[in-house]
Amino acid sequence: MRERLALLVLCGLALAGCKRHDMYTQQRSQTWDQSRFFPNGLSMRPPAPGAVPVQEDDPDVPQPAVVTQAMLARGAQRFDIFCTPCHGRSGDGNGMIVQRGFPHPPSFHTDRLREAKAQHFYDVITNGYGVMYGYASRVPSADRWAVIAYVRALQRSQGTPAASLTADDRAALAQVAP
Amino acid sequence: MRQLFAPGADAILRLVLLVAAVLVVGGLVVAGGISRSNWAYGVGVAPTQPVPFSHKHHVGELGIDCRYCHTSVEKASTAGIPPTWTCMTCHSQIWTGSPMLAPVRDSLADDKPLHWTRVNRLPDYVYFNHSVHVTKGIGCSSCHGAINTMQLTYRAHAFTMAFCLNCHRNPQRFIRTPDQVWNMEWQPGADQERIGRALVAQAHIRPGAQLSDCSTCHR
Repeated sequence: MRERLALLVLCGLALAGCKRHDMYTQQRSQTWDQSRFFPNGLSMRPPAPGAVPVQEDDPDVPQPAVVTQAMLARGAQRFDIFCTPCHGRSGDGNGMIVQRGFPHPPSFHTDRLREAKAQHFYDVITNGYGVMYGYASRVPSADRWAVIAYVRALQRSQGTPAASLTADDRAALAQVAP
Repeated sequence: MRQLFAPGADAILRLVLLVAAVLVVGGLVVAGGISRSNWAYGVGVAPTQPVPFSHKHHVGELGIDCRYCHTSVEKASTAGIPPTWTCMTCHSQIWTGSPMLAPVRDSLADDKPLHWTRVNRLPDYVYFNHSVHVTKGIGCSSCHGAINTMQLTYRAHAFTMAFCLNCHRNPQRFIRTPDQVWNMEWQPGADQERIGRALVAQAHIRPGAQLSDCSTCHR
């Protein structure tokens, strides 16, 4: 009897040895880990109801007074990531997703949107508009202003007669035009 | 006294010992090879997912930027798995009746996240940060392979320590200009070594000897 008990204990110890002990999996939750402790399986905890953040995650910043080259470059990059799927690279609304059946958004090159205030674009990016979802969680406040600056640049690029450009710009245009 | 062993016994004994030694050494070599092989690491095997999401379609064919969905890749250690909201930005209007996308619609309606199966995982004793890699010029495809051609997502490389060190010892062979980081078809050019050295200096990347310090990744 005693021998059997000893054998059982030894088998138990041997089984315990099967677990990886090289710290491959550690007793802590990492970002995408499933939690076996919390009922909904998430290791991340939502804030308690009524909790007030000490600091807002992405506070609204006011519209920058001047547009810099760096801001335009950032806006162009963010526009290409988040807006081109529907609005297209030139802002005409013929993006790839629209070609695949998404409702056609209005072109940026209409009188209504040329005259629209920057705040209108800001609100649309933040909250969405019609079938467009809001992008507040994907495009932070400062980036929204940068995207708007780039949209303004696109509007200028599509509506300016070539004759009104400087000689240098016309030469540059002649090089890229087909 | 009668001889116990025939004259050839000694030769047989030597042969048996030799075969045993070869088997032991060979077995160890084969076992070592298998345990380090792509097969053992599951390279090229796409795990079953709740939705058969195709990077080939979304990235390769539609041209959606990596950062449209993996929004935290430039700012945080993880690239970010998009919330259902991101999927539904388009799929609230496109393929709305598709049974394949039913789990996505249910996820949004019930406010329950989709349970994706993780494709790449590093051991818990490895510190890895996506943002520092992409902002210093290491492209997505250097580690994740040709994602834009993957019908179903699979592990492109076994993330062994040797894989990481291969680049940490010679970052100039893999570093790209910032605009090429997101290019899934990037290949090093003939003068990569020269351009790479300039980019490494420009990005203030520590020299290989420091970059392969234990504490760079094990902290």
